[in-house]
Amino acid sequence: MSLVEEVDVIKRIPLFSKVDPARLKLLAFASERLTFDDGRFFFRSGDEGDSAYIILEGEAEILVGEEEAVVAKLGANELIGEIAMICNKPRTASVRAKGEVTALRIPKDVFMPMLTEFPGMALEITIELANRLERTTQQLVERTMEGTEQ
Amino acid sequence: MQDTLFQFVFRYSMRQQIVILTITVLSFPFLYFSLDLPKIIINEAIGGKDFPRTVLGLQFDQVPYLLALSFVFLALVFINGGFKYFLEIYKGKVGERMLRRLRFQLYDRILRFPLPHFRRIPQGELIPMITGEVESVGGFVGAAISVPAFYGGTLLVILFFMFMQDVVLGLAAISLYPIQAILIPILQKRLLHYNRRRVREIRRLANVIGESVRGVTDIHANDASRFFRTRISDRLGRIYSIRYKIYRRKFLIKFLNAFLGQLTPFFFFSIGGYLVIKGDLTLGALVAILAAYKDLASPWKELLNYYQQQAAIKVKYEQVVRCFDPARLLPEPPLATETPEEDAPLGDFKLANVTVVDDHEFKNLDDVSLDIAGGEHVAITGIETSGRFELGLLLGGLLPPTTGQLTLGGKALSRMPRERLGRRLGYVGNDPFLFAGTLKDNLYLGLKQEPVGPGEDSPEWAAYEKQYLAEAKLSGNPPLLLAADWVDLKRAGVTSQEELADRTIEVLGCVGMNSDLYEMGLRSTGDFDRDSETGARLLEARRAIRDRLTDPELGQLIEPFDPGAFNHSASVGENIMFGASVEGVLDAASLGQEAYMRRVLNHVDLLDSATEISIQVAELMVDLFSDIDPGNELFERFSFISADELPEIVELVQFIKDKGARRLKAAQKSQLLSLFFQLVPTRHRLGLINDQLIMKILEARKEFARDLPDSLKPSFEFFDPDKVNRWATLQDNILFGKVVYGQPKAKERVGEIIKEVIDSLNLRRTVMRFGLDYHVGPGGAMLSPAQRQKVMIARQVLKRPDTLILNDCLNSLDGAAQIEAIARIREECRERRVVACLSQKELAQLFPRVVTMDKGKIAEDAPVLGAVAE
Repeated sequence: MSLVEEVDVIKRIPLFSKVDPARLKLLAFASERLTFDDGRFFFRSGDEGDSAYIILEGEAEILVGEEEAVVAKLGANELIGEIAMICNKPRTASVRAKGEVTALRIPKDVFMPMLTEFPGMALEITIELANRLERTTQQLVERTMEGTEQ
Repeated sequence: MQDTLFQFVFRYSMRQQIVILTITVLSFPFLYFSLDLPKIIINEAIGGKDFPRTVLGLQFDQVPYLLALSFVFLALVFINGGFKYFLEIYKGKVGERMLRRLRFQLYDRILRFPLPHFRRIPQGELIPMITGEVESVGGFVGAAISVPAFYGGTLLVILFFMFMQDVVLGLAAISLYPIQAILIPILQKRLLHYNRRRVREIRRLANVIGESVRGVTDIHANDASRFFRTRISDRLGRIYSIRYKIYRRKFLIKFLNAFLGQLTPFFFFSIGGYLVIKGDLTLGALVAILAAYKDLASPWKELLNYYQQQAAIKVKYEQVVRCFDPARLLPEPPLATETPEEDAPLGDFKLANVTVVDDHEFKNLDDVSLDIAGGEHVAITGIETSGRFELGLLLGGLLPPTTGQLTLGGKALSRMPRERLGRRLGYVGNDPFLFAGTLKDNLYLGLKQEPVGPGEDSPEWAAYEKQYLAEAKLSGNPPLLLAADWVDLKRAGVTSQEELADRTIEVLGCVGMNSDLYEMGLRSTGDFDRDSETGARLLEARRAIRDRLTDPELGQLIEPFDPGAFNHSASVGENIMFGASVEGVLDAASLGQEAYMRRVLNHVDLLDSATEISIQVAELMVDLFSDIDPGNELFERFSFISADELPEIVELVQFIKDKGARRLKAAQKSQLLSLFFQLVPTRHRLGLINDQLIMKILEARKEFARDLPDSLKPSFEFFDPDKVNRWATLQDNILFGKVVYGQPKAKERVGEIIKEVIDSLNLRRTVMRFGLDYHVGPGGAMLSPAQRQKVMIARQVLKRPDTLILNDCLNSLDGAAQIEAIARIREECRERRVVACLSQKELAQLFPRVVTMDKGKIAEDAPVLGAVAE
């Protein structure tokens, strides 16, 4: 997969969908493409949030708790770990490769300087995050309503 | 130091000045004769009659007589020239020696300044004084006596000659001198004033520049660069206006001189001509006077110049010396240490009613009395203005008490010879500063009080030494050799260099620097021709790594170097060179400029495709980086092109778009080529390096190795699976390959493997020894502040002092590391006295006795229960 194809993948991720493709090209160029063997961890709960990952091929599992129960699965074109990276918080869950996984690692020290360099990009990402918050709030309201109706 | 320039000149070069004067005086008769001779030639030989004549018993006809006189004239030209040549050279030598002496004396003064003086004098101003300002003083010293003597004398001789010819014409020649003599000093006075201001302004400029370099992070952090730019521009503006005024005055003086000088011949033509017509003066005499007057111009000019110069330089000298003359200079160290009591311990510290008052009449220490026994471990704590830091300085012998007594074993500390204190007291201050050089250079500083051995010894070296020492003596510099062996093994308690290295590693371990030292060692290079044993061990480690690579999981982390295969994790440049070079000689970013490399590419028919790929990369770089701020860290980390170079490349790319790559000039092509060499296929994933290209690159590798130019050979070595490489780091030598891209945490995992291999082969200590040769950078900038502080402590522990004084020198370490360091230092120094001035109370509690300071007084002096007693 070449740089151009990677840019296409990044573009399909909602958080980056509105960002200028020229910026995404730089983001892809400065990121690392990694191959995870089956069972290798992307990161573990409690680790420092030093990067986000985009799965290019394969499947990964999200694990929570001490017993590391699998709570969700992630597939191609999905973004992992961006919240811990942006908020400067430790990881709240672990992520492990299920089968071989190819992923793009976006290091925090690439992502953050890009936000400071390109206010337009920062704005698009803020809007996307706000939208996400709006949706979550909406869902929360709907659920509460459902609760009171019952 | 001598207060005035002439005192300095007479004090140190009296004899040489006398030599200059004597030779000058000796030259005058010849000069006079050479002036008189033209008259004789014209009047007697050309215009004369009564031939043949008898001179010295020989008979001459007119023509031989003329020729003989002409040859005498020629001989005189040689003699006069010879005198001048000898005098100039001699003067130069005297001047250079005096400059060396003056510079040394000034530097020596810096080392002898009492410490509080440094608070008053900006270092940025000291440097230009020693480097630039005194330079002209040195040049002047040689001329100080000889110029007035030689040119003044010459002038007098010429004038005397003129008066001998005709008094009226003599008077005419000097008629304008009084005007010059009055006018010029007046103009000169203003000039001097401006010169003084210029010198001061330049010093301030130097200081502003120095400050900007030291405080550059704060300038950026406060976004104050505009302010600082304006500040420097303000300084430059002042300097400009002063310099312009100086220029105007100088030119005016020059103009007046030249103008007055040209007026004089007017008198010669009118008065002299009249006298010749009247028959009172011979034509020969007039011609001789005119010739002499022409000769008069140059000494007169020299004398005026000298007058201007000496006035300026006298001021400069006095200005400089004043800055280097504080009250209470420390005494000069003797050339060799006298150490009858070398091993006698210092004894008890006893402070009796010690008060220290600073420049602003503030009492840093107020009537402090304190006893610290030998071997005792004491912490001194208190808030920043409590006097704890000053107490530390005082105990270190670096701050004299204003009143009261500080004694060591009954002897006043101020009376104790500095070298004994240097030997027995280990003081560590709070400023994390190291000297540029290797770690070892810094660590062994405490062992380098004086040369202990001859150092290198080859015959030509000995001759050089002899000459160097003689010359040093003539300039009043210390007759010691830098190349001598300065490290005194005895002081560290060891008997060989190897033991010293081991001991140093042990001490660094004590301050918690072992893993840093290991990392530094891995990043070092070594001369394995000399140290073949280590080379062999490294090869063993290389083989051990190679064996482990058969494990498929590890195998995918490292791509080993193979002479016959392309390495996808290495750059194209590395793939072609297949070797390592001295840093900065053959690195990928400059490889395109290397003519040999271009020849190689051309030979294997790779140059065109390389250029093509370079253009593609250039386009990509322009695309990615052209609208990024040059200061952004992304630039440095990811761009193949530096921020300054980018605009040029942007233009090149546009040029190629408009006119095509064929029109590129050779220099532009080679500039672009460096992009090709920097490509790492698996890292940059641009899909530009295909199999066909790989074949070509491998061919280029062979071609590159075939005919490496001699100029590159000393700084380059090819990779060889069975040989260690002089220019590759220890880590690269062990790995003999590249950590692959695309494996999660590959660097960390490989680091672990290397560690395991090194431990299994017992190589850790060897690697650490290499770490001792790590370069710490200017001021120790390559090390973190905490590392620097650790090195500073280790340096003192290494010299086994009687007393170790730690004055706030752990504050760059984090909390846990401080506790650990204190425990280990106390353990290491359990038989020595340790006094630690600490800001945190909790740390002080680790000591069996804690003295708490408050407002310059001792607030509490109490033993600590539960602390480890020594």
